[in-house]
Amino acid sequence: MTADPFDQYDSGGYYCELTARAHDGGAAALVRSRLSAIGLDALRARAQLAERDLFNLGITFTVYSEATAIDRILPFDCVPRIIPAADWSVLERGVQQRVRALNLFLGDIYNGGKIIRDGIIPRGLVHGNSNYRPEMEGFPVRFGTYVHICGIDVVRDQDGMFSVLEDNARTPSGVSYVVENRHLMLRAFPDLVAGLKLRPVDDYGRRLRSAMDEIAPEGVRDPQVVLLSPGIYNSAYFEHVFLAREMGVPLVEGADLTVEDDKVWMRTTAGLRRVHTVYRRIGDDFLDPQVFRPDSMLGVPGIVGAWRRGNVTLANAVGTGVADDKAVYAYMPRIIKYYLDQDAILPNVETHICGEPEGLAYTLANLHELVVKPVGESGGYGITVGPRASRAELDAARALIVHDPANWISQPMINLSVAPTLTDAGLRARHLDLRPFAVTGRDTWVLPGGLSRVALKEGSLIVNSSQGGGSKDTWVLAE
Amino acid sequence: MSMHHSPLLTRDAEGLFWMARYLERVENMARLIDVTQTFESPGRETESWSALVAINADGTGLAERGLAIEARAIKSFYLLDATNPNSVPACLEAARTNARKLRPLISTEMWMQLNVFHRTVMAIDPSELDGDALSRLCRQIKEGVQAHTGITEGTFFRDQGWHFYELGRLIERADQTSRLLDIKYHLLVQGTEEERRIVELTQWNAVLRAAAGYHAFRRVADAGFTPSDVVAFLLADAAFARSVALCVGGMAWHLGQLRTAYGLRDTAGVLERLEDVRAMLDGPVDRLLPDGLHEFLDGLQRSLIEVGELIGTAFFRDWRPLKGKQSQSQ
Repeated sequence: MTADPFDQYDSGGYYCELTARAHDGGAAALVRSRLSAIGLDALRARAQLAERDLFNLGITFTVYSEATAIDRILPFDCVPRIIPAADWSVLERGVQQRVRALNLFLGDIYNGGKIIRDGIIPRGLVHGNSNYRPEMEGFPVRFGTYVHICGIDVVRDQDGMFSVLEDNARTPSGVSYVVENRHLMLRAFPDLVAGLKLRPVDDYGRRLRSAMDEIAPEGVRDPQVVLLSPGIYNSAYFEHVFLAREMGVPLVEGADLTVEDDKVWMRTTAGLRRVHTVYRRIGDDFLDPQVFRPDSMLGVPGIVGAWRRGNVTLANAVGTGVADDKAVYAYMPRIIKYYLDQDAILPNVETHICGEPEGLAYTLANLHELVVKPVGESGGYGITVGPRASRAELDAARALIVHDPANWISQPMINLSVAPTLTDAGLRARHLDLRPFAVTGRDTWVLPGGLSRVALKEGSLIVNSSQGGGSKDTWVLAE
Repeated sequence: MSMHHSPLLTRDAEGLFWMARYLERVENMARLIDVTQTFESPGRETESWSALVAINADGTGLAERGLAIEARAIKSFYLLDATNPNSVPACLEAARTNARKLRPLISTEMWMQLNVFHRTVMAIDPSELDGDALSRLCRQIKEGVQAHTGITEGTFFRDQGWHFYELGRLIERADQTSRLLDIKYHLLVQGTEEERRIVELTQWNAVLRAAAGYHAFRRVADAGFTPSDVVAFLLADAAFARSVALCVGGMAWHLGQLRTAYGLRDTAGVLERLEDVRAMLDGPVDRLLPDGLHEFLDGLQRSLIEVGELIGTAFFRDWRPLKGKQSQSQ
């Protein structure tokens, strides 16, 4: 008799995404009983085969050290995360609202900055932000959309309440794993999925492609869309391949494009061919050496000029980083209220801005209870989790904050929800978050579900893949 | 729904051409190593292995590494040494790097097989180079490429890119067949006339086997065949899958398709040069034997290199049509 994988499972007082479930028509309970029926040994063997599959398929990111290149998979946990239809409807509307506000905010600050003049947000926070791009001032974008692809990091607290932890308005990654995890799940665990009505995720490429078509310069009938990648050495290269393939468009590198007469062309065997929309997975700094970093070898000289002439569209627009800054984040509820006259459907996590005197004082006085984060970083780097930190770590964080307060924010520690996750000891509770992806051309579409990232280390609250995180398939129930 | 030709980046065309070339090279390297081992006679191992070095023009590469012309060193040089650009691991690494760049174009099945095959080859153990293990290893490598070729045949979308892939595969195969023939030139045979005749016969049979042409040759050749029959078969037979003439003919067809179906105008120069290669293969081969074969193969290989360069210039380099023509490609 094989062991029940749920033996000794204990959610530790956190909100459990699988076992604390109500109002889902019994789906979670059904999946739980199916996992028990499979048994721990078979679950392990099948999980291992599934990960092997990802490795062979090259659904990997490459880690480069001095002499070697090692392909790693994003660890895949075979226990799905289930989101009931009613929960999803809130998340979906919340994400749409947020994306709308982000775009209105960007449109405003690059065209006069009424929100600044009205005193809603300090001028310094916008104009002093390293991601603010004066090149964008007074430049209209189609449908007012700056953030075409947006990832919003959502967490759930002890009581099961959702809140937004972070906005990703530059080049959020991870959507390829959402789709590939589902394919893998259907191949490797058809018996878990059987009979359940799940919202599909494989529509992403088509939706993205139509958004890219929509935003092409006006009057272009059959726009040529391309995906611009820094190339095979980029750690997200697989995702670039995935996106190009799903959209059915060429995957280009900087050297494949050239700008002549303020138009963008790609080099094909039949000569130069016009390009109308560029989904670029290259940061602003490296995009155009004529405008930004002159030493960039990855970008396309003149592409920003072509864009300003209206001959090509870039997605995301230049200068969106000012909106997903962690200090600007603190103002998001006020930004939503200002433009939409609505309360935020998804609340923020309470945030203290160290660049402001009272925020700094509060942070320094309560460091041991707070999570402190650098404002411009991503990938989970530079974070100190106060309640989990040693004396020395707290002192080091304090010194950094005092040295450059404007670079820091602090938030209370959120007791992130957990989900059963396969470990050496059996199924154990591990913390997780959720990154839904929104695609915006004329309107905003949200991919049902998103990327569930799970901290594989016991007790860890940091879910980033660079910090030992994995992922789960995310099921949005259709009814 | 409207369908249209999707454009092909010059970088991708080049990548497909080279991915196919490198893979074909891997298969042929395995064939060459396999046949070299069968030429080994006790006490004379060095001679057959030095022939392998000679046809790949790798004398310098070995010397740079301080390696002697010696069986063990040469096997390692071709099967383990990724810093040797002609080695199996180096060619497979290059093929995979191209494949990574081409992932949006090639099929998932092609990528997956290549990815797994690459891992196997990168993990070849030195013990697999000895004795009967070597032949098994060569077969495994050969089959790895053949699996690739089969998956490609069955899954790769046959648009413009496929023609470039096939061009790369065929030009490499033509080149490698000429090298396989050349290996015979470098094998010195000693002894009485009768002894030499028997050894030579064995060697020609081995060359045919290495090219997977032994049985087909038996079907078409007279019982009392001569070396020139073997040479004619490998160079010019119209039905043998690895003959130079068949490969060159295939290339001409693919170039024709690129011109007529995809409007690539710069095919004319390549086709012209390819015609010259075809002409070289016409006529009786007796004239080449016994002394002229090596020189002839040398000339053939040089011509194929030129064809490769012309393809590069016509399609892959940073070229552009005249300004006035740009509007046609919008």
